[in-house]
Amino acid sequence: MAESELSSLDASVGLTAESLSPGRLAYRRFLTHKAAVVSVFVLALLVLWVLLSPWTARYGVNEQVFDISKGPNQNLPPADFAWFGTDIIGRDVYSRVLYGVRVSLIIGLASAVFSLALGSLIGAVAGLKGGLFDDIVMRVTDVFLAFPFLVALLVVRNMFGAVGWITVIVGQPSSIRFMVFLFAVFGWMGVARVLRAQVLSLKEREFIEAARALGASNARIIIRHLLPNSIGPMLVSLSLGVVGAIVSEATLSLFGYGPDPGTGATSLGLLVAGSKSAVRAGYWWLALYPFAALLVITLCVSFIGDGLRDAFDPKHGGGR
Amino acid sequence: MSADQLLQVSSLVKEFKVKTVTGIRSVDQTVHAVSGVSFGVGSGETLGLVGESGSGKSTIGRCVLRLIEPTSGTVRFRGRDLVGMRKEELRALRREMQIVFQDPYASLDPRLTVGSAISEPLDIHRTPGDHGAKVAELLELVGLSPDHASRFPHEFSGGQRQRIGIARALALRPKFLVLDEPVSALDVSIQAGVINLLQDLQNEMGLSYLFIAHDLSVVRHISDRIAVMYLGKIVEVAPSEELHAVPAHPYTEALLSAVPEPDPVVERQRHRMILTGDVPSPINPPSGCRFRTRCPKAAEICAAEEPVLTTISEGHEVACHFPDSTPVSLRGTRS
Amino acid sequence: MLRYALRRAVWLLPTLILVTFLVYVALRLGTDPLASYRRTNIRVSKKKVDEYIAANGLYSGAFGYVRGYFQWLWGFITLDWPRSIKGSREVWPHLKDALANSIRLGLVASMVGILVGNAFGVLAALRPGRLRDTLVNSGALVGLAVPPFVSALLLQLLFAVYWQKWFGYALFPVSGVYPPGHQGFDLFLMIKHMALPVVVVAIQSIAVYSRYMRASLLDVLNSEYMRTARSKGISERRVLVHHALRNALIPVTTLAFLDVGAVVGGLIITEGLFEYPGMGRFFLVAYGNGDFPELMPWMVVIIGSVVTFNLLADIAYAKLDPRIRLG
Ligand SMILES: Nc1ncnc2c1ncn2[C@@H]1O[C@H](COP(=O)(O)OP(=O)(O)OP(=O)(O)O)[C@@H](O)[C@H]1O
Ligand code: SF4
Ligand SMILES: [Mg+2]
Repeated sequence: MAESELSSLDASVGLTAESLSPGRLAYRRFLTHKAAVVSVFVLALLVLWVLLSPWTARYGVNEQVFDISKGPNQNLPPADFAWFGTDIIGRDVYSRVLYGVRVSLIIGLASAVFSLALGSLIGAVAGLKGGLFDDIVMRVTDVFLAFPFLVALLVVRNMFGAVGWITVIVGQPSSIRFMVFLFAVFGWMGVARVLRAQVLSLKEREFIEAARALGASNARIIIRHLLPNSIGPMLVSLSLGVVGAIVSEATLSLFGYGPDPGTGATSLGLLVAGSKSAVRAGYWWLALYPFAALLVITLCVSFIGDGLRDAFDPKHGGGR
Repeated sequence: MSADQLLQVSSLVKEFKVKTVTGIRSVDQTVHAVSGVSFGVGSGETLGLVGESGSGKSTIGRCVLRLIEPTSGTVRFRGRDLVGMRKEELRALRREMQIVFQDPYASLDPRLTVGSAISEPLDIHRTPGDHGAKVAELLELVGLSPDHASRFPHEFSGGQRQRIGIARALALRPKFLVLDEPVSALDVSIQAGVINLLQDLQNEMGLSYLFIAHDLSVVRHISDRIAVMYLGKIVEVAPSEELHAVPAHPYTEALLSAVPEPDPVVERQRHRMILTGDVPSPINPPSGCRFRTRCPKAAEICAAEEPVLTTISEGHEVACHFPDSTPVSLRGTRS
Repeated sequence: MLRYALRRAVWLLPTLILVTFLVYVALRLGTDPLASYRRTNIRVSKKKVDEYIAANGLYSGAFGYVRGYFQWLWGFITLDWPRSIKGSREVWPHLKDALANSIRLGLVASMVGILVGNAFGVLAALRPGRLRDTLVNSGALVGLAVPPFVSALLLQLLFAVYWQKWFGYALFPVSGVYPPGHQGFDLFLMIKHMALPVVVVAIQSIAVYSRYMRASLLDVLNSEYMRTARSKGISERRVLVHHALRNALIPVTTLAFLDVGAVVGGLIITEGLFEYPGMGRFFLVAYGNGDFPELMPWMVVIIGSVVTFNLLADIAYAKLDPRIRLG
C-alpha cells in the first residue's frame, strides 16, 4: 500500500484483504437462512421441471389418457399410467399440473415485474418530491388497500373490461394478458408504499444531500442512489408480488372470473377451481396435487422473502 | 470589506414550519432557525462559524449551497445571488462551491464504491478526461491509496471516510467549501490529521472555507476570522486571535471558558464563566437579546431592545448592550 | 382528544360520498345493470325496463351518471331503496340477515385469531431465537402462505367427505348456517356449521397477530426503558405485565381495528366456498347477477365500516400511546 506523505495513522487501518460489496454481504447473510436456501433450490427445481415440460410432461394438456372405447378413464385415482390420476374427462392430472404451473408462473412473474417497475417509480418520486403527487398516491392506495381485496379486484376487473380501448391493448378480461394487467394495476400500490417509506428514510441521509450539492438531478438521485439502496425491499416486494398474483389468479378462477378455460391451456387457478366440486365428490387427487404445487410455490417464495428481508436488513433479523 | 468577498451572505433568514402538539391542540409553529445573519468570506480565507447544537449552523451551510431555500435574504457568490437562480445556472455554480458533511457514516452512499463516489461529480458535470486517473489523483491528495477506489465505504474508518468525502468535494476543483463540523464525529486522535489535511489543501489549492464547529478549540487555528452564533443569530465576529484575546460578548466568553488550557497553571488561575440553564427553544426565542435568559450581565434593556452588531475595533463586531473590551488575561474573578 | 376525533369524523362523510360515487361509477361500468336486468328477466316489457331505469337512476351519459348517483343517494338516505333485480325482493331484510351472519362469523374468527395469535406471539417473544420462537415464526409464515381456499377445501375434504367415508357421518357440515329446511334457532347446529369457516379465517388472523405481537413485544423488551425498569429490580413478571405487554398492545390494538377490511376479504372467499349466507356470499351472488340495487347498499356497508374502523384505529392509537402527535 503506497504511503503518501499526507497519510496519518488512520489512513490505512481496518482494511481487509477481500473487498465485499454490500450486495455480497447480503448474499452471505442470505446463505445463513437455511429455510430460504432450501426454498431457492426447491423452487428452482420446480421451475426447471416446468420449463422442461416438453420432456417432463407425459401427455398433452388436452390429451385424454386413453380411449374411451377401452373403458372409462374419468376421475381415476393415481396409477402408473397417470401418476396424479385423471380428471373428469380423462386427462392426466400430472401433465396438467405442469402446464398449469407454467401459466401461473408466467402470470405471477409478469405481474410482479410490472408492479415492481411501476410501484418503485411512483413510490420513489412520491417520497422524493412529496407535495400534491405524494398526497394523491397515498390517498388512492389507502382507499384501495382498505377495501376487501377480492371485491376491489372483481369490480376493477369488470370496469376495465368494459372500457373499449383497454381491452384493445390488453385483451379481453378472460385473457392472460388482461390478468397480468389487472394484477399490475393492484400490485404497484403495495410496492409504491414500501418504496416511498424507504425513500423517506433515505432522504434524510446526508449522501442524498451530498449528491444534490454535487448538482445531481432528481432522476439521477433516484436511479443512482435511491433505487440501489432499496434493492432489499424491492426484492421482497417482488417475491410478495409473484405469490400475490398467483393466488389472486386462483381466487378469481375459483369464483368463475379467471382465464378462459376454452383455450385448452390451463392454470393452477383453473385446476384449483375444478377441484371445488371434485372435493365434494371425494376425488382428492384432483385437489391435492394442484394445491401441493401452489403451496410449494407460496411457501418457498415466503421463505425466500423472509431470507431476503433478514439479509438486507440484518437489524430486524427474525428466527431461523 | 464586502466588495471583494467571494461569498457574501446578507440578512439570511430561514424558518421551518412545524406542527407541534400542546395538550389536545395541534398548532402550526415556526422554528426560527436562522434570523437575519450576514457575513462574508474572502478569497483564500477561512471563516469559522461556532455555536451550540441547534444554533442554526448547518442551516446556514445548507442555505449557502441552496440545498434548502432561504426564507429571505441573499447569498451572493462572486457577486451573483444564488437565491432565485435557475437550475442550470445553479448546477454550473456547484462546480465552484461544495460541502463536506458532519457524519462520515451517512454522507457516503453505501452502495457505491469509493471510486464511483468520487467520480460522481465528474460524471454529473461531464468533465472531460480520464476519470479513473483523476480519482486516483484525488485519493492520493487526501492521503489514501489509489487501490482504495474499488472498495466500499463500510470498509473504512470514520477518518478515512471523511477523507473520501473531502476528495469527492474537491473533485470539481471548487474555490469554496462549506465544512459542516468535518471532525466532530471523529476521535480526537484523528481530528488533527483531517484538520492538517484541510489546511494543506487550502494552501495548495487556494480554497476558501466556511468552517462550522460547535466549540472554539477546533476552529481556533484554522480560522482567520470566527463568527459566534447563538440561537439563529451571530453575536460576535472577530479575527481569530482577537476573539480569543478579547471576547466581548458574554456568550463567547463562556464558550472560551469551556476550552481547556493546556498549561495547568494558567488553567487554574484563569477567569471562568460557566453557563447554566438550557438553550431556549427556537420556536419562541426570547425578546430583545436572545442570550438574556442565560446571561449573567442581563439587565432590563436586554429584554426590551435587541442589541445590533456594532464594530468595537477593526474587524471586531459584537451584538451586546454591555460589551467587554478588556482582554481576558486582565479579567478578574468577578461576577 | 375529542377535538381530534371530531375533526377526523368530519372527514368521514365527504370520504364516504366520494368513495361511494367512485364505486357507483365502477359498478355501472363494470356490471352494466341494464343488460343484467334484461338477462335476468328475459322477455321483459319495455315499460318494466323503463321503470327499472327510473327506480335506479340508470341514466346514460356523464351527466346521467352524476344525476343517477344523487338520485340513488337520496333514495338510499330516505330509505326508499329500489327492489332487487328480480323485481320482487326487498334488499334490506336480505342484507340484514347476511350482515348478522357475517358479523357472527367474523367476530368469532377474530376473537380466536386475536387470542391465539397474541398468545403465540408472547410465547415466541419471551424466548427469542429458541425452539418455540422458531416454531411460531415459521408456523406464521406457513399460515400466511396458505391461501384461504386451500385450507377451506382441504378441511372440507377431510372433515366432511372422508369422515363420512371412514366413519359413516360428516363431522362438520360444509355449507350453510343450518341444514336445509331447518327452522328456528339451534346453537349447537350453528356452531357446527361455523366451525370450519372460523378455522379458515382464523388461520390467517393467528398468523398475522402472532407475528405482529412478537415483533412489537420484542421491540418493547429491547427498549432502553425496559432495561431501566429491570435494573431497578422490578420483578420480571411485573415488568412484563405492567410495562411490556401494555406497550406492545398499542400497535396490536390498532391492527385489530385496521384488520376489519382483511377479515371481510377473507370472509368473502370462505363464505363463497362454504355457501355460508353472509356478506361475502351476498356480494358474490349479487355481483354475478349484476344486481345493482343489491350491490350499492352492500358497498355502503362495507365502505362505511372500513372507513369507520380506520378512524377508530387512529383514535385508539392516539389514546393508548401518549407519545403520539395528533397531526
Ligand atoms: N428540516 C427541518 N425542519 C424543522 N426544523 C429544523 C429542520 N432543520 C433544522 N431544524 C431546526 O433548526 C434549528 C437549527 O438546526 P441546525 O441543524 O442548523 O443546527 P446546528 O447548529 O447545525 O446544530 P448541530 O450542531 O446539532 O448540527 C434546530 O432547532 C433544528 O431543530
Ligand atoms: S445584550 Fe444583555 S443579555 Fe445580551 S449578551 Fe449582552 S448583556 Fe447579556
Ligand atoms: Mg449541524
